[in-house]
Amino acid sequence: MSLQRFVLKRGLVTIPLLLGISLITFGMVHAIPGDPIDFITLFTELDPAVEAEIRAEYGLDQPVYIQYIDWVTSAAQGDFGRSIITRSPVIDEIMSRLPYTLVMGVMAFGVTVVTAIPSGILAAYYRNTKIDQVSRVFALLGIAIPNFWLGLMLLLVFASGLGLFPVLPPTDQGLLSVEMLSYTLLPAIAIGTGSTALMMRLMRSSMVEELDKDYVRTARAKGLPERSVVRKHVLRNSLISVVTVAAIQVAFIISGSVVVEIVFAYPGIGRLLVDRVGNRDFPVIQAIVLLIGVAVILANFLADVLYAYLDPRIRY
Amino acid sequence: MAMLEVEDLNVRFYTEDGVVKATNDLSYRIEAGERFGVVGESGAGKSVTSLALMRLLDDPGVIESGEIRFKGENILEMSDEEVRDLRGNEIAMIFQDAQTALNPAYTVGEQISEAIRYHLGLGEAAAKERAIETLESVGIPSAAERYTDYPHQFSGGMQQRAVIAIALSCDPDLIIADEPTTALDVTIEAQILDLLEEVATEFDTAIQLITHDLGVVAEFCDRVMVMYAGHPVEMAPVEDIYYDPQHPYTVGLMSSIPRIGDERDRLQTIPGRMPDLIEVPPGCNFHPRCPYAEEACTRTEPELVETETGEPADPIESDAQVAACLAHTGELRGELDYEVTVRDAGGPGDDPAAASEGERP
Amino acid sequence: MSSDTSTTTTERGRIRVSGFDVDRVEERDPLSSWEPGLQAKEGRGRLEFAWLRFKRNRLALFGGAVIAFMVLLAVFARPIQAPPGVPLLGGQTIQPLSLAPADPAAQNIITGYTEPTLENTLAWPPTGLHLFGTDWAGRDILSRIMYGGRWSLSIGFIAVAVALLVGVPLGSIAGYYGGKIDELIMRFVDMLYAFPFIVLAIAVIAVLGRGYWEMILALVAVGWLPYARIIRGEILSVKENDYVTAAKALGSRDRSIITRHILPNAMAPVIVQATLSIGTTVLAAAALGFIGLGLSPASAEWGVMLNVEQDAIARGRWWAGAFPGLAIFLFVMAINLVGDGVRDAFDPQGDTQQSGGFR
Repeated sequence: MSLQRFVLKRGLVTIPLLLGISLITFGMVHAIPGDPIDFITLFTELDPAVEAEIRAEYGLDQPVYIQYIDWVTSAAQGDFGRSIITRSPVIDEIMSRLPYTLVMGVMAFGVTVVTAIPSGILAAYYRNTKIDQVSRVFALLGIAIPNFWLGLMLLLVFASGLGLFPVLPPTDQGLLSVEMLSYTLLPAIAIGTGSTALMMRLMRSSMVEELDKDYVRTARAKGLPERSVVRKHVLRNSLISVVTVAAIQVAFIISGSVVVEIVFAYPGIGRLLVDRVGNRDFPVIQAIVLLIGVAVILANFLADVLYAYLDPRIRY
Repeated sequence: MAMLEVEDLNVRFYTEDGVVKATNDLSYRIEAGERFGVVGESGAGKSVTSLALMRLLDDPGVIESGEIRFKGENILEMSDEEVRDLRGNEIAMIFQDAQTALNPAYTVGEQISEAIRYHLGLGEAAAKERAIETLESVGIPSAAERYTDYPHQFSGGMQQRAVIAIALSCDPDLIIADEPTTALDVTIEAQILDLLEEVATEFDTAIQLITHDLGVVAEFCDRVMVMYAGHPVEMAPVEDIYYDPQHPYTVGLMSSIPRIGDERDRLQTIPGRMPDLIEVPPGCNFHPRCPYAEEACTRTEPELVETETGEPADPIESDAQVAACLAHTGELRGELDYEVTVRDAGGPGDDPAAASEGERP
Repeated sequence: MSSDTSTTTTERGRIRVSGFDVDRVEERDPLSSWEPGLQAKEGRGRLEFAWLRFKRNRLALFGGAVIAFMVLLAVFARPIQAPPGVPLLGGQTIQPLSLAPADPAAQNIITGYTEPTLENTLAWPPTGLHLFGTDWAGRDILSRIMYGGRWSLSIGFIAVAVALLVGVPLGSIAGYYGGKIDELIMRFVDMLYAFPFIVLAIAVIAVLGRGYWEMILALVAVGWLPYARIIRGEILSVKENDYVTAAKALGSRDRSIITRHILPNAMAPVIVQATLSIGTTVLAAAALGFIGLGLSPASAEWGVMLNVEQDAIARGRWWAGAFPGLAIFLFVMAINLVGDGVRDAFDPQGDTQQSGGFR
């Protein structure tokens, strides 16, 4: 199968998935018992004329499937309506927060990749030795430690204890300023610790699997030096499977950022989501949930395509 | 001095369930250019032996004691560097499953030329040229074009040819072929065996052929070692073993192979199965499965003796038929009352054993 | 040859072996006391072997002990009274022990925070002994952690149990019947998998509101997915086996084929996943409590305890945040040790890949 055909085929699978999650996000609000208008008017008694006006504005006078089609088509163009709380367009609220979450996510991803891949390789190559044991203990701790608690403890020790970082995010600095980036480091570590532990173990097991392959024995039987056996015949193949593992981390890091942003009072979309759940600001909640779903699906799609590109069995 | 001499080799696997004694004081030799068969059921220690020869045993396998002398030098005392110079260069290996033995991420050609570049110090172009020649010699058509193919673009038989090409690429003196045809169907099996025979004759390469199929041995080998529970129970020139097997286990193996056209009522398999080598039966290891076993067999471990004389034999030096069974030392009260008859020989040249004899160098 | 030639004669090409009579081996008494070893022992169940291996795993046993200890502390922290509606026992005390050193709800707003100092701990008589200190309202943190385990732990166990009850039947139906039903169920699973664990749980809570059973429902909504996938996958591979075909041919009903033949084979990976999931679920429940979407702020659920103390921790009152988090950490780690032990017990070679932690 050619790469183009693979991308096309894989892309076609993505479309019903995207439609499906949009249905779930849309249906979520309609699963709530009661009249949706109450959430918009916050249960205040209204003049029937005003009420009808609001119904028309939110399309609540239409049949449900029309409402869905309207919602999906405008969502596809970036229009998620207006927030019930702030009355400003949802997309503006999200866009003002999204860069912060992206920067933090990229940093957390960086922390993960930079530490997890080398340590996973070492643990696999020296399996069942001290090095492997240490990595196993670290993984055990890293997976079990609640990321929000780790965040609190990091704040306690490095910010309020040692004073190396500010306790609250700097408000007057730009997103990419040194102050803001250094503030982002602690939450990135809090998120990255768990995903590092997970990715390190996945890296280890994919490399152990690779080391046990017959063709690695063939390479040794050819008399190649150990270094080139590992680099050429083991690492390359196990790094291919890391692509898939990295895609799993995207969902993991999004999960982490939602919670850790609360710890650090970080102005990202995770905190926006949690705030608005408390206020039942459904247009915002729907938009964020949908965006996260789309991001995860796209990450998996990209990982599959990259995997196909790297693996000659699919490429040719 | 033979090209390869294995003396008292003991390989152990330290597992959770206990110590697996994969080989027990295993000794044999292979002469230059000789085709030596190693036969036995799975778990007899055949593959472990061949991996030990290349020092390729993985954790938890350890070579506890013994010597492996290749051209007089003990492989077990060599530095890693020296062993690597041997591997793929003077001793090459052909693995059972070609599909998994080839790395799917590299072209077939690259996997052949990397060894050539490393061992023979050739440049990119020269190595490629030699690799293509090798591919041609193992019968891959339009080798120059297939050089850049990936393994998954090859058929099963072609993949095995490619693996043989890797083994041949540096013109080794000894090829260890570990069940090279088990994964293939019968017609291709015959082709691959022919190919091996051809290249062995052409390059005067010795081959240690590991198999569980006595039929393959009959067609291919000069001398045979039958292994049971990690050590040889019978060793002899191939025609002796065929027409006059001297160990009940050999006889059992010969009678348990199904053949089309049999008028037998049922298949005559050896009852029970190979012990797990953690705790082997006392005395003769084979006694729980042997129809001729007596009380004495549970107490005395039989030595390898020359079957003619009953004298203890050195498995490295001896050319005669040797077997480890109390029947040959007079300690067995009964007799090995099986009979081997040659039925309806089509003619002397048609006989497999005779044919292989005719080609012996 | 004798009359038994027909059964003892074999041929190999042109070579015929006769007189090799294997029946003698089966007919005679064993010559020695030697018996085939462990590998040859059959008939012992997979579960029994797994249990033998698990018992040898010290780390896993340690994890199990920690879990048992924490569960016992939660149960015996304060007396338990049967709800008034229950016949006979209504309003009666069914668990009279009270291990918690103080009433977890007793406040002392005037004193507020008490630091767990060494002097205080060693002082005699131990009046106002607060091993872990007190929180903003002067409540004893140790007592609250012990008592709060009732929420944190029960949420984990109940949510996983209900998720099993949802995921296993749905996965079995999808795998066994295939076709349209399979397509429908598994596509739905795929869609839900697009949402990270916490995000989907938050969405469900946004719809249902906060509360104990609401939280469990939210965790089940996410938690059943892996079981459906695992069971379906196992069934698809087991289904090909001959004995299932044979059972079908013999006219077994569908339900009995699933429960008698397929489920026992598919159970191992489900048990492993379920064990690890308890940890994940407790972690997620605490995270929800921490972000203010879990139980009520007055409850002693561990995540909630951290939520109400966020500012205190940032101001250096470490004990208010350290100990509840440590309790979560300890429990999740213990569960993961047990889960790893269970996985190794079922699959000593480590062929399968399953891991704890959120998605």
